[in-house]
This record gives sequence, structure tokens and C-alpha cells, in this order.
Amino acid sequence: MGDIKYLQGKQPHAREKRLIFRNIDREGWDTSIERYVKEGGYDQAKKALKMEPKAVTDEVKGSGLRGRGGAGFPTGVKWGFIPPKNTKPVYLICNADESEPGTFKDRYILHQDPHQLIEGMIISSFAVGAHLAYIYVREEFPEAAQILEKAIAEAHEKGFLGKDIQGSGFDLEIYVHRGAGAYICGEETGLIESLEGKRPYPRIKPPYFPAALGLYMSPTIVNNVETLCHVKHIIEMGGEEYAKLGTPRNTGTRILCVSGDVQKPGYYEVEVGKLTFGELLNDVCGGLLPGRKLKAVIPGGSSAKVLKADERFKIKKGDEEVEIGVEDIPMDFDTLMACGSMAGSGGVIIMDDSRSMSWVLNNINNFYAHESCGQCTPCREGSLWMKKITDRIEAGGGMPSDVDTLASVAKNIDGRTICAFGEASSWPTSSFVAKFRDELIGATDEANASKPSNKEQAAQQRYLAEEPVA
Amino acid sequence: MDIPADLETKINEAISHYPVSKRSAVLPVLHLLQHHFGFVSEEGVTYAAEKLGLEPINVLEVVTFYPGFRQCAPGKYHIRACRTLSCAMSGSYELMDKLCSEAGIDRSTVTHHDPIAVSKDGKYSIEFAECLASCGFGPVCLVNDEFHEKVEPEKAKGLLNQYS
Repeated sequence: MGDIKYLQGKQPHAREKRLIFRNIDREGWDTSIERYVKEGGYDQAKKALKMEPKAVTDEVKGSGLRGRGGAGFPTGVKWGFIPPKNTKPVYLICNADESEPGTFKDRYILHQDPHQLIEGMIISSFAVGAHLAYIYVREEFPEAAQILEKAIAEAHEKGFLGKDIQGSGFDLEIYVHRGAGAYICGEETGLIESLEGKRPYPRIKPPYFPAALGLYMSPTIVNNVETLCHVKHIIEMGGEEYAKLGTPRNTGTRILCVSGDVQKPGYYEVEVGKLTFGELLNDVCGGLLPGRKLKAVIPGGSSAKVLKADERFKIKKGDEEVEIGVEDIPMDFDTLMACGSMAGSGGVIIMDDSRSMSWVLNNINNFYAHESCGQCTPCREGSLWMKKITDRIEAGGGMPSDVDTLASVAKNIDGRTICAFGEASSWPTSSFVAKFRDELIGATDEANASKPSNKEQAAQQRYLAEEPVA
Repeated sequence: MDIPADLETKINEAISHYPVSKRSAVLPVLHLLQHHFGFVSEEGVTYAAEKLGLEPINVLEVVTFYPGFRQCAPGKYHIRACRTLSCAMSGSYELMDKLCSEAGIDRSTVTHHDPIAVSKDGKYSIEFAECLASCGFGPVCLVNDEFHEKVEPEKAKGLLNQYS
């Protein structure tokens, strides 16, 4: 990182490798295009526009870049799903609906380095043949929407957007589209419905990818903010060179967002898989609060399955199987998946021994019950049911059998919905019940089982207890 | 409905961003109406529908789905406090209580369909929001369009004083 100076108190940790966040919290940095161009900004867009679109896609494929929004799907492969004989217009959408609890990385790109995103979008649009692109930014980022609009206007003025960009013959318009506070708009087909001006009900699959049928039933590529920024760096470094960052199959850098019970919560950009959870917690984040012990960690946004501090995992290392603990897990896509959770969106939520797991689960269930779009019955009813049960446990009215009910409701949502929200809403419950069963049962009381749980039940009990009138 | 000329210009500009389908402009038009009038009224729904060549129900179903649109007037300063996990762990529920007691807001009438509570003098209104994406620096809240991080419960009064 050499001569770059960062603001006092915001210097990156020595273990970080700043690519995407190179300009975040920099001294003397601003969001103007002049500042951006001064350090080689838009040079990669110029370079890409002189290449063949297919060559750009090949670089991205060769880089091994995997989507940073949650699913970890290879970006180049996704781009390749556009039907080869397609005659319809192609659209690119930047998913800036960042709303997975625990994730706060795109916020800084949008607020502090908007031109990096726009440059990434120009290159990506060129590669997939899109001439109209939208940035779907969540409504709760009003300032970011303004910054982006200003940045787009500047890019227009300097000839990086609009007709015949830099004399390449390539046209592109980018518009900002603001959401309206619904988590489900992060699901790519829900996002597309929302961009079409409708309720964001995710679409039935197949087609599995909007690359086949997306916005206005045309091929559409939806990528996360961070993913699109990586494209710029892949063109700069070359796919092969980029792939040397990180670990095989888990290439590049990614931003880990750490929150919860640690000394130094925040955002850290590291090479994927080069850091174990223990190193992240103890070296980078300064460890737990004094006198506290680790209890649990959610490694990839709140829908990722929780990991218990004393859990052991068997994973493959080369040809042999090794047993590791939570702190030994490298923070990459494949290992976290092998450990039964996921790297998701990079939001790491750490909980120490002062936290009640029934309280934590109740908070998460409240979120998913609020955000279920209501399209599929198992999710609409189930997410609310799970919330009501944990609400009751928190209020002291839970009974031991509630814990099994929770597990069964979760099981009946998982895999039975149109979109991945079903998994997102049921995995917290199923993993908390599996791993903290005793604690959850301990929060309930057998005596509650014989008490009525609502007015109707009370009336029924009264009716049954009374002698029938002769 | 009285739409001032400058608002109309902004609305037309927003619609021009969607050359393929005017319907796509539903959200931006509603945002502009809400920003100007404070909330989306029945007339607002009808206006948007006429403007975009839709049936009013196509607009109303959008208004009622998204938490970002409201159908009643908020206070002069509308506070959205994050209640999701990381913020809750750093005290967002306590912050909510503190903000309500300092601003004189009674949240006992709040329901899922009517999540906003307004102070008697109409100066402040408040609601819980789901994850505002700044989880490392909670509790966080939005006051109108301004974002605030690390608003520990004891800073509630100070926050309100910035908006008076």
C-alpha cells in the first residue's frame, strides 16, 4: 500500500490486502472524477474497450472470481449464461441493496469510491453487451444515491458514459434506481420485479438465471457492488495474476465485515482463505472483550448457519481428512461450506458468553418474519410462526416442546420455496436448535405446557372443564 | 392534486430513465411524491397511476408492500432506528426507549401495519428499521436522510437536539 496515507485511527491492519478498499478512509481522497482519474481511474475501462468483449469475459472466468453478494457463484460463468443466439437487448444491474444483517461493505464503496463501481460497470457492460445498466441502491442509502448520480453525471461529462465511449463505438447509460426498504429485493429476480415497478416477488425457477430471462424478459446480469469492482482489478492485473491472490478456487480479496462482541469491529479486506477465523478474531479484531469467552459466530451474514465455539469439523485437506476447530477455519467459500455454514456476504457476527441464544435467535426470527415477501406459504406462515414461538420463549411463556416445533417448522420451510429466502429464514432456527438445544430448552418451562397460550385456548379449556348443562 | 412545476419536472426526468417500460418508474415517482408531501396519499396513488398509464391498484400494491413508503404523515424529523442483531447487541432497543421518552413519543399503538409513532407536537416520529448496513458501528439510525453511527442510548438527547 506504500505511500497511501489513511485517516487517523482508520489505518488498515497489517494483514489486510486493500484492492477494493484502497481508497476508503484515505487522507485527501474525495468522490470527484478528477481525484479518481489522477491515479489512473478509468484507464482499465479504456483498456477493456479496446479488447474483444469475449476476451474480457475470459479474463474474468480465468480470475476465478466468485460473486460477493452471498451465493459465491463464479461471475464469469454467470456472464456466459446469456444465450449465444440472443437477439434481445442485454441489461446489467448492480445489486446495491446491501441488506443482509451483518454486512456493511458496499456502503463504503458507494459513499467513498463511486467511480470505481462505475468503471467496473462499464467494463462488465461491455463484456456482456449491455447498453443500459441500473444500480439498484437500497432506499436506506439516500446519500449514496445522490453521490452516485453526481458521479454518473461527471462520467458523462468526461465521455466515459453515453454514446461512443472514448471513441470505441460502445454506448452505455447507467441510472440509479432506489429501492424502498425490502430485504427481498436483494434476491436477483425479486430485484428485477422491483425494477419493473412491481412487488418484488421472486420469480419461479427455471430459468435459473436472469441471464436467460431477466429484466423485461431479456437477458440480464445481476452482480453485487463488490463483484463489479473486482472486475476492474481483474482487467488491471490480468485474470491469471488476479487468481494468484487468495487460495485456489477461492481467489482474490474480499471484505469481511465484523460486528458484535469484539474489541475492534469493522471492515477488513483480506485475501480469501488466507486468514483463519481465529486470526481474524484475535489478531485483526483485537480479540474478545476483557474476561469474555467466545460462544458462537455467524460467519456470513445472519442467514448463514451459526457455528458453536467448541465445535469440531472434519474437512479435506488435500487427500487426507483433518479435524479442526472453529478458530482454525480459513474464511473462504469452500471450507465454510464444508463446515456446514457459508461465507455468504462476508458479514461475521461474533457473540460471547454474555449472550442468550434464545434472545439472539428471536432477534433473527423477527427480521425474517418481517422481510418474508409472503409469496410462498411455507415461508410466509413459517417465518412468522418461528418468530411467535421465540417471542413466547423470550416472554417466559415457552414450553420445552416449542424447541422441537421450531426445528420442524424450519425443516418444512427449507427447500420448499421459490427463492433462497426459505433457506435464509430457516437455517438460523435449524442451526440454533441443533447446536444450542439445551440452552433453548432451559429458557422454557414445563409448567407452561398446561397453560393456555391464547384466548381461544383459554375459552376451550374453560368449556371442557365445565360440567355439561343437563 | 397540486403538483408544483419543479416536482413535475423531476417526475418526468425520472420516467425518462426507463425507456423500455414506464411502469418501472413506479418506485421513483412514489419516492418523489413522498419526499415532497411527506407520505403517499390516495391522490398520490391515483396521480402516479395516471402518469404511468397504470391502474391505481398497481401502484397501491407497491405502496403497501414496501416498508419505505408510508401512507400517513410522519413528524418533521423522522427517525429510523435499526433493531437487527448487531445493533440490538449494542443497545438499539434501549436507544429506542430513550429516544421515545426524550421526544415524548408513545409507541404503545404501534403495529406491523402502522409502525410509525409520532410525538404529540408532530416534531419527531420514530420507527424501527431492519438492518441499515453499518453493523460494526451500532446502534445506528437515520434521521430523515442523515445517517448516524454509534448512537449509544445516552446520546439520545444529543441526537434530538441536533434537530430542533
